[in-house]
Amino acid sequence: MREKLTSLWQKLFGDSVRAFGVVSLIFLASMAVAPAKNFFSEWRHYQHGYVRLIRNRSEANTLQRHFEGGIHQIWLPELSVVDRCTSCHVGLKEASLTDVATQPYRKHPAIPHNLDQFGCTVCHRGQGAATTVAEAHNSTLAWEQPILPAKYIESSCGQCHRGPLPGTPQLNQGRNLLAREGCVHCHTVKLPDGTTMKATDDPPSLSHIADKTTREWIFAWLKDPQAYASTATMPNFKLSDDDARDISAFLVANSTPLAGDTLTVPAKAGDTAAGTSLYGESFCASCHAVQNAAGNMVGGTVGPELTKVGSKVKPAWLQAWLRNPRAYDAETAMPHYRFNDAQVATLSGFLEAKTDSDLLSNVHLDAASPEQIAHGKRLVSDYGCASCHEIAGIKKPENFAPELSRIGSKPVTQLIFLPGMSHTLPDYIAGKIKSPRAFSPGLKMPQYTFTAAQIDSLTTALLSLNDKSYSLPPSLAVPATPETDYQPAGKAGKLMTDLACFSCHRINGHGGDMAPDLTWEGSSVQREWLAQFFKNPGTLRPALIRRMPRFNFTDSEINELTDYIMTVYQSPAVDRDSMPLSGYPQGQIELGKQLFYGKYSCQGCHIVDSKTDKGYIGPTLTHVGSRLTAAWIYAWMKNPQALRPGTIEPNRAMSDEDARALTAFLISQKGGEKSAHASNAVKPRSYHVEVARK
Amino acid sequence: MNRYLSVGFLLSVALLAASCSRKSESAPLPKPTAFGAAIVESSGGKQLAQTGTLLPQPVVVQVNDEQGTAVPGALVEFAAVSGVTFDPPNGLTDSSGQVTTNVALGGMAGRYQLTASTFDKSHKKVELKIEEIALGYQQALGHHLNEQYCDRCHNPESTAERVSNFDNLEIKPHPFTEGDTLNKMSDADLTAIITHGGPALQKSALMPAWGNTLSKSDIQALIAYIRAVADPPSRSAGPVYAKN
Repeated sequence: MREKLTSLWQKLFGDSVRAFGVVSLIFLASMAVAPAKNFFSEWRHYQHGYVRLIRNRSEANTLQRHFEGGIHQIWLPELSVVDRCTSCHVGLKEASLTDVATQPYRKHPAIPHNLDQFGCTVCHRGQGAATTVAEAHNSTLAWEQPILPAKYIESSCGQCHRGPLPGTPQLNQGRNLLAREGCVHCHTVKLPDGTTMKATDDPPSLSHIADKTTREWIFAWLKDPQAYASTATMPNFKLSDDDARDISAFLVANSTPLAGDTLTVPAKAGDTAAGTSLYGESFCASCHAVQNAAGNMVGGTVGPELTKVGSKVKPAWLQAWLRNPRAYDAETAMPHYRFNDAQVATLSGFLEAKTDSDLLSNVHLDAASPEQIAHGKRLVSDYGCASCHEIAGIKKPENFAPELSRIGSKPVTQLIFLPGMSHTLPDYIAGKIKSPRAFSPGLKMPQYTFTAAQIDSLTTALLSLNDKSYSLPPSLAVPATPETDYQPAGKAGKLMTDLACFSCHRINGHGGDMAPDLTWEGSSVQREWLAQFFKNPGTLRPALIRRMPRFNFTDSEINELTDYIMTVYQSPAVDRDSMPLSGYPQGQIELGKQLFYGKYSCQGCHIVDSKTDKGYIGPTLTHVGSRLTAAWIYAWMKNPQALRPGTIEPNRAMSDEDARALTAFLISQKGGEKSAHASNAVKPRSYHVEVARK
Repeated sequence: MNRYLSVGFLLSVALLAASCSRKSESAPLPKPTAFGAAIVESSGGKQLAQTGTLLPQPVVVQVNDEQGTAVPGALVEFAAVSGVTFDPPNGLTDSSGQVTTNVALGGMAGRYQLTASTFDKSHKKVELKIEEIALGYQQALGHHLNEQYCDRCHNPESTAERVSNFDNLEIKPHPFTEGDTLNKMSDADLTAIITHGGPALQKSALMPAWGNTLSKSDIQALIAYIRAVADPPSRSAGPVYAKN
């Protein structure tokens, strides 16, 4: 071996000329490494491919003129963007390349932002300065955030856009879930604008729970909330029988009776038919869902599901709740319906019958010992129950769970992955939400019942909470419209709180979106109509299944509310007395009619003559002349979105003359007592026909 | 020294092979207990979803025998271009002869062809092709605008929550899936009729003008959506992602 090496050395470096030659050759070869690397680089390969691709296209000349070889770079110092992605993704801006299926040559899909203003990595993550596929797309030790999978791309919109966008349904849903499903009760989420994400759900207080339900039900609920109601928000804490027994013992022992939250009405319960019809008339289903025989959930999601409510609540509590829910929970979203004794008895009888005999049949609890109660109290503290629920004697814990304000930038090195899981942040977050306890024994986060799509949405929303949302220039931020804390004043204000108007209606930027915005209701409607509507809320939109319920108002309550709405909720842009409610010339009315049925074809969506018109989308206008003010109709014709942003009635840019004629025609539609009944009878029937057809 | 070299070489080859084989390793296919003659779609075809996201409903296929009765225990495998994921990617038909899978489409907007396949008694492959549509940002925005402004009249289907106005209209609007008609209209025509209403193209005034309500980019988004859902497909909607 040794001799071989020596002879090789002799051959190469035996004399100085030979040595010089060999060293020169080695030197030249090493000098050629850099140009060779450059010549065989990936981006050059892709650019050659691009040139070959465009050569055969009809618009080859244009594309070739646009093409410039070499490394391309988008440099935006204020966004800290140095993106060389366009070196390989050469056709990103070529409008004609939308039909190219092979990457990296396809045109970027249409988005509202410009490549030159934002670069690539602000939205897609990855390593912008890299010029090889692997380095740019995958994570490395030095660069932890790889390319964001397409399904989470909306998270990047959320870095600047703090409010919901029409084009980002997944991000919007994820943010709603974070606020609604209780996440932010335990996890603090601070937003870049300095605010903290607020929960939008309202878990019930447990301080008086023993008045409402039994210890057996609490036990069954703690063991498996979804066994009682499949739509329950409460997650499963996977408690052992003993732990559930002790927590239920503590909650019952800790509960104190509350004056007025139990009641036994003297009236007898009505029959099922009466209960069904009262449940329907009161539009309970607008907020509460019940699972029907076919297994479908029918009803809204504002209040809890009622499928098995009879197995949960005590009759005396239910009767007091139906009489006045605010006695038990002052903050409840449920309106105080002012039911009379007979109605309370009928409705409570109807709801008590909704039971599930299997739910509690296997629950047998002995009287609780003081040790069990003490252990239950410890468990309640350990699991952070008071983060969501008010529990007498237990303080709401601060920072019970890790803060998630910047979870979207969490370094992968700080994460512990499950075996078999791909080592990326999105997969970690999704995995944590899917089965939180799998990550290590002793973790407290409970098991939720999210669908796969909901987990993707939540992951999207969490990924948007990242360092970039802080480091991007504040001028780019698009703030959300904050919910105001508007409260109406005085006696009427108290009444509106009692009736929970804001659970469905929105006024001055506060309240729900189930029913119309009432901010300018006083300019819009006539006083007599409003008073009559409170007495007997008729059907304005026959196709809607959620409607205004009927409350048992006293006359003075109706006066109070009507006066307040007519006086306070007026638009500065519409003076309701500026146009008369009658006395328009017949010729103008006739012209309005022609415009209604001809030029503007309003009958496509509205009904003026219930015999001929069929439009189902807008409100029925047979009585519009006794409902709306002429000034409101005129202003609405001119620009509906100015009065109610987001309304789907198109703005037709009408001339003053057309708007005046249509106002004259519509205000002449006073309806008669008789036709009022007729139209009420006709519409709901045709609605049922529609559904049956489906 | 040569020995060491060759041992090292062999070792590295073995390591390389091991790392490669780990990548291609997948769960073994379940063993079918029965074989059908045909595979049909039960539900889940022609759905819309944003690129990369799950289809709103799972895809359900059914395996039948020669008489058209359901076959339980037959093996069904799902396949599509890379980027499309199936959960699960294969399975045996249940007691009603069906297999259900959740599908996430790829990251590119366009049409995706999914293939569900099973084997018949003579071990011949029987295939079913199912088409799904992935929407890009602009098309998804158009989808949202469609639901808000257009769908109530242009879609004849009613749901319990939303009643269609289609039957109430004297002159019927074109459903957006009606590719035969809508593919013939240029983008300029569609822009004109949405912006200025039906009379802009000598059509019914029941189609109102939306030009003062929707922005130019909204209308572009709506057209992108109309192109994306057209059946037969519109050429301008981009490529079809089919497995060749």
